Amino acid sequence: MAGLVFYSSASGNTARFVARLGLPALRIPIRPADPMPAVDAPFVLICPTYADGQGRGAVPKPVIRFLNDPRRRALLRGVIGAGNRNFGATYALSARVIAEKCDVPVLWRFELAGTETDIQKVRAGLHQFRGLECLTV
Amino acid sequence: MQTVARAINWNRLDDDKDLEVWNRLTVNFWLPEKVPLSNDVQSWATLRPAERELTIRVFTGLTLLDTVQNTVGAPSMMPDAITPHEEAVLSNIAFMEAVHARSYSSIFSTLCLTKEVDEAFRWAEENPHLQAKARLILEEYKAGSDPLKRKVASVFLESFLFYSGFYLPMYWSSRAKLTNTADLIRLIIRDEAVHGYYVGYKFQRGLERVDEARRAELKDFAFSLMFELYDIEQNYTAELYDGIGLTEDVKAFLHYNANKALQNLGYEALFPPAACEVNPAILAALSPDSENHDFFSGSGSSYVIGKAVATEDEDWDF
Repeated sequence: MAGLVFYSSASGNTARFVARLGLPALRIPIRPADPMPAVDAPFVLICPTYADGQGRGAVPKPVIRFLNDPRRRALLRGVIGAGNRNFGATYALSARVIAEKCDVPVLWRFELAGTETDIQKVRAGLHQFRGLECLTV
Repeated sequence: MQTVARAINWNRLDDDKDLEVWNRLTVNFWLPEKVPLSNDVQSWATLRPAERELTIRVFTGLTLLDTVQNTVGAPSMMPDAITPHEEAVLSNIAFMEAVHARSYSSIFSTLCLTKEVDEAFRWAEENPHLQAKARLILEEYKAGSDPLKRKVASVFLESFLFYSGFYLPMYWSSRAKLTNTADLIRLIIRDEAVHGYYVGYKFQRGLERVDEARRAELKDFAFSLMFELYDIEQNYTAELYDGIGLTEDVKAFLHYNANKALQNLGYEALFPPAACEVNPAILAALSPDSENHDFFSGSGSSYVIGKAVATEDEDWDF
């Protein structure tokens, strides 16, 4: 069964989104010293964006470290991006960067801690997406 | 006893966010001279007189808020800073607000007649709604007022009050008008997003240090200040936009941004999704070149591969 993995910085927007989703999810730690979550099944990644005006540094370093492991990367099925439209072209850019690097789809994007609509869309979408996964994996 | 003067050491951080935000703000630094505003002269001439007057008034209102934030808001939060690095970030925020206020004058000197601009500055001083919102915010910035309430006021100014104004250049841009001016406004919007995020983050850190009763008091304060400001914003919006029939469209944008301002403080949304359905053309003007992704319902370009952006990062191993 595909699970959820997410990263959230100290400001906690993505963590609040995940809490409202109400689905089991593993958190990638902020501090390098803390252990990475153990994943042994396909998962969807939820990732915020920290790009500068040119798009540099969009993907948080701990997420890069997490994905650098080929075994974990092989289980990634899709990415959901968080961000803020006020950052213009770099809105939720980290999801696009990860999608490109890992050859998986961007499933959804939301701003800050997400809206009710985002929560409903993602809940329903993940349910359906997991169904597809069961047929293909 | 003498107090010890302390030098700031950026190699000893109490809060990593301070350096993260400092880096973001300094990398994003810009000046209005960077934007070729004069390319909008022809487009400006195509606006009707009432549309020009509206645009000048909107920008004058934004100038007023930037001035408040530059001279009063950001400096008033410096004595409340918990870390020395937070003070340094606030000094950057204060300066960028001065750059924002200055940029509107660059737009004016490029596009408008002195007489029109002088008239708008008089209008700003006399407009009861604009003055009322500035007064409400300034009240919280006063010396001796509550440091956490000051942060709430600052986030509402940066993440909510600007948007009745920002709507208009996004609207013009969606109709291929004043597109260079819109580019400049997007730079301001980007900065304000970082400011609102950072001050909201510091507010949440502050909440962790106080008890449950105080947290409840601050939440009540935040929501009632939002209600008061929203009331004023409704009137301000109607006065400005009724003439071109856009009031309802602007209001959806206000609701959407009010919710985002509350999220910056760590609070839940106030306005329901149905009240926040922002005109898609305005959303597209806010984040151009950022395609729509809706893999779940099979629309949008999903397996998309990001455009060539500077995303190379030495930390990737693959």
